[in-house]
Amino acid sequence: MSAPQNIGPKRLVVGAHYGVKDWILQRITAVILVVYTLVLGIGALVTPEFTYENWVRLFNFEVLSFPLGKLLAMLAFLSLAYHAWIGVRDIWMDYVKPTGIRLALQVLTVLWLVGSVVYAAQILWRI
Amino acid sequence: MSDSAAKPRPQFRNINITQIARYRLPLAGKVSILHRVSGFALFLALPLVLLPLFERSLISEIGFAQFHDFVSHPLVKIVLLGLIWAYLHHFCAGIRFLALDLHKGLEKHTAQRTAGIVLVVSLALTVVFGLKLFGVF
Repeated sequence: MSAPQNIGPKRLVVGAHYGVKDWILQRITAVILVVYTLVLGIGALVTPEFTYENWVRLFNFEVLSFPLGKLLAMLAFLSLAYHAWIGVRDIWMDYVKPTGIRLALQVLTVLWLVGSVVYAAQILWRI
Repeated sequence: MSDSAAKPRPQFRNINITQIARYRLPLAGKVSILHRVSGFALFLALPLVLLPLFERSLISEIGFAQFHDFVSHPLVKIVLLGLIWAYLHHFCAGIRFLALDLHKGLEKHTAQRTAGIVLVVSLALTVVFGLKLFGVF
């Protein structure tokens, strides 16, 4: 008899599983942000002078006319937004118990972060 | 038996945000709550302070000069220094938490020591960035 995959040692394991997925994604996005921070930091350290051209080049370099700098910055912003969503959602879940207020704060958090991502994309693609 | 009936057993529940000031947290607890505080500060500052400054600095040569002028105001520098600390603390404490998730440094004294290291390193780096920000070097 082949056992179904979703049975634990003692009981049927059910649920949406978004808890552990978010937990893992928060850590993956954290690693992405650490790497991007180090890349930017090294980039800033090897930049001889803090001029406009050098500053722009940190975010707007191209490889074979592919906008790699913008893409990396955008991926970092998306990681940041998702990372912040999980963290701020956890804060509301820990301290705000009334469901209505918590839901309202979570909706505002999503709007705040989606707005930030759009704002960041708009900044990067106007360089 | 009458003893246990007279004295209700103490209950330890999640610490509410209003109780934090009255708790004498261990170093690891301080690092943990500061991780949360710094993360929330950065979340609030992102579209209010950080992205507008980022936009100014990148939009044009004139914008870059305006960014420079704005950032040279002492009040702005103090706000930025706070955000620099928030980022550095969140960064250092985050790396510690990632290590703990990998079951590295879970031993009590090691965890206590790394918590102290996180606090000291993030503050020391904040001082370095602060000296740079205030034009000492």
